[in-house]
Amino acid sequence: MMSRPCRFRAAVLAAAIGGALLGSGCRRAPAAAAAPVRQVLRFGNSAEPQDLDPQNIQGITELNIVLALFDSLVEMDPHDLHPVPGQAESWEISPDGLTYTFHLRPNLRWSNGEPLTADDFIQSYRRILTPSFAAEYAYLIYYYVQGAKEYYEGTLADFSRVGFHAPDARTLVVSLKQPTPFLLKIIACHYVWDAVPVKTIARFGPVGQKGSHWTRAGNLVGSGPFLLTEWIPNQRIVVARNPYYWDAGQVKLDGIEFYPIDDQNVEERMFRTGQLDLTFDFLPNKLDTYRRDHPDELRIDPWLGIYYYNLNVTQPPFNDPRVRRAFALAIDREALVKDVMRGGQVPAYAASYPGTSGYVPRARLAGGVAEARRLLAEAGFPGGRGLPPIELLYNTNVAYNRAMAEAIQAMWRQNLGAAVTLTTQEWKVYLDSMQTGHYQIARAGWIADYADPHVFLEIYGTGNGNNYTRWSNPEYDRLLDRALHAPDEAARYEIYQQMDAILVRECPVIPLFYYTKTYAISPKVQGWWPTLLDEHPYKYVYLKN
Amino acid sequence: MLRYIGRRLLEAIPVMLVIITGTFFMQRFVPGGPFTAEKAVTPEVERNLEAYYHLNDPLWKQYVDYLWDLTPKRFHPLALTQGFDLKEAFGIDFRPSFKYPNRTVNEIIADKLPVSLELGLLSLGVALAIGLPLGILAAVKRNSWIDYICSSVAMTGICVPTFVLGPILVLVFAIHLGWFNASGWYGPIDRVLPSLTLGSVYAAYIARLTRGGFLEVLHQDYIRTARAKGASEARVIFRHALRGGLLPVVSFLGPAVAGILTGSFVIETIFQIPGLGREFVNSAFNRDYTLILGTVILYAGFIIALNLVVDVVQVWMNPKLKFE
Repeated sequence: MMSRPCRFRAAVLAAAIGGALLGSGCRRAPAAAAAPVRQVLRFGNSAEPQDLDPQNIQGITELNIVLALFDSLVEMDPHDLHPVPGQAESWEISPDGLTYTFHLRPNLRWSNGEPLTADDFIQSYRRILTPSFAAEYAYLIYYYVQGAKEYYEGTLADFSRVGFHAPDARTLVVSLKQPTPFLLKIIACHYVWDAVPVKTIARFGPVGQKGSHWTRAGNLVGSGPFLLTEWIPNQRIVVARNPYYWDAGQVKLDGIEFYPIDDQNVEERMFRTGQLDLTFDFLPNKLDTYRRDHPDELRIDPWLGIYYYNLNVTQPPFNDPRVRRAFALAIDREALVKDVMRGGQVPAYAASYPGTSGYVPRARLAGGVAEARRLLAEAGFPGGRGLPPIELLYNTNVAYNRAMAEAIQAMWRQNLGAAVTLTTQEWKVYLDSMQTGHYQIARAGWIADYADPHVFLEIYGTGNGNNYTRWSNPEYDRLLDRALHAPDEAARYEIYQQMDAILVRECPVIPLFYYTKTYAISPKVQGWWPTLLDEHPYKYVYLKN
Repeated sequence: MLRYIGRRLLEAIPVMLVIITGTFFMQRFVPGGPFTAEKAVTPEVERNLEAYYHLNDPLWKQYVDYLWDLTPKRFHPLALTQGFDLKEAFGIDFRPSFKYPNRTVNEIIADKLPVSLELGLLSLGVALAIGLPLGILAAVKRNSWIDYICSSVAMTGICVPTFVLGPILVLVFAIHLGWFNASGWYGPIDRVLPSLTLGSVYAAYIARLTRGGFLEVLHQDYIRTARAKGASEARVIFRHALRGGLLPVVSFLGPAVAGILTGSFVIETIFQIPGLGREFVNSAFNRDYTLILGTVILYAGFIIALNLVVDVVQVWMNPKLKFE
């Protein structure tokens, strides 16, 4: 309820709308003083989820909900996301790094009370690898597990020859085709490795069919700290405590409400009226206001992602590494971050994210404008003369893409004498142009699925589906493979240093800045630590009185 | 009259066919597809996805299969009252959505259409309740200060877009006064601000059209006759002028109601309303082929049906027109 003087003032303001627009001090109805806070987190969650089947989803929106409903073998530490025991109380890795043996906890149950065993994992992996099921994230399993790719492609029909075995109900053995030092990080951070309740799914139709009704509220059986109680499409999704969760004692929240709000303005208004405790995103043009008036409600966390430009290395002038490097060096990243982005982003001088699981790239784009001019002249374009027409492509659905492109266009004109025109396309048209190579320079972004430097470096491997630059370097490919067989993490990271050095020298991409995650959060939300992947294990979260 | 309606309905079939065919092929020729995403789909996954959705069939076969799914195969209109499922009622199957694989397009329409209908009807009520009196008052008191005020209010309503008016209403009534939620569609109180916002724009149009229609009618001989016979001003307006004066409003209302009922993207976004308008627009961005077609077909059906209703009502209201 609103206090009396406050309401009076608001009424006066309403009488003169113009006055009201200038803003009044009466910002939000204060909560009743004595009542204890309801332990329900109200979370702005961007968009309506595609589905809640962990084997049939892809986005961050879905991840945020599935994280509450499903548990994984290995969980994430709430501070830095390093793998900690989850459904598996312990595990062993064979000395050659090819066999992982997980020992499940004795008291694992599905949210309907049925026991959760190693066989549930095997059946889940069989489902996600079934060719006709066409799971989009299946590659996070079949890249690594023995026989999985053959099974997914339909050339191997016998699932017992895929590298999953359950010697007993509490032991799961995974055999890999090559060492995968970051496998535990994938399992901890990515839902694709979660077990799904295949027995329950079978009650709602063929197991290998997308979109059966098993994920509806009332039907969905999970394994996470919460269970689904309500799902009204485009309105809200509500989850409540799961009494069968193995670590139910640790869970502090009674429930979470997820609101699919795709408009940042709307989200901010709902936050102001107290309808939300936490927003998904934040309006860049309100940053200054919040920094000044409500710094305790604004959070800017580092986020494991990079904003960069792809260069199509098959077309002149960017088939020449000197031109690519010149364009990369002629950009004032500090100015971009300070004047264009203004959300605490960090300038990027290398392709890898500094501080990913302890890895900091030493390679760095250095030399500045003078070096850029020299390289361009050496390539035969002194002062930008003789350069063919160059087009920079970006997508329209993110507002700052345009501001970034315009600023960089001006820097290239000023520093290199290069005339670059800007082209904008609708999201999927832009993706299509980039994926089919119909571009010269294209804006790109990469958000990590798991916290390991491999995630940023693998995309530049020859033939990687996400390598839209079409750049290929045999030495780089060799190192990428060698890193997987490195005896320990230090040795592996040393190989990554060499790879980052190659990228800085060859510049198939122009790194621009590292993302930050900006959002509004009510000061009463506790246990919501900044994590690089913006994943927050909900069992540690609670609301303060 | 029945023959006229029957003929118009028959004419609607080729119109629908052209719309379906045009939409079906146009959406396929747009770059990008339902599975185009920032993280590239691996070739193995893409092959399996295309097989799952039969996108690897020849395009003509996909078209023919789709048309067959759309063809009505039964007639149980009463089934519509239980959840508005076109498949139950007529055997029309719009297929599952690409973006939301666990919902069929039939289900999405059945879920969202009632919301859009509710918002639409409320807004229409607001629009008529504000627009008609303003327009009549302006016409009757034409060229007086009352007329100027009414006309200015109407002009302002037309000029202020909903994406400005909506947030202003939220700012004043939700954020400062705390009377309403900023957005959402949970209780009856959440209907107030969206209906006011959407209704006010239509109110403005209705006011202007009503004023124009009335001014024309008030100059007619039969109105002069009525006045000469000593009819009171109220009787002249409501008994004699109303029917003729509302004709332009009625012809405007046909397409307007179709638009208002199938949802408004802007209003639904500002107030987070789970209506059909957002699905309509977002389906195109998502290249959700089946949802695009489903919403286009529904929208086209509404426009055809409401235009027919308008034509029938106009003949009834205007003695100068006849069915032919």
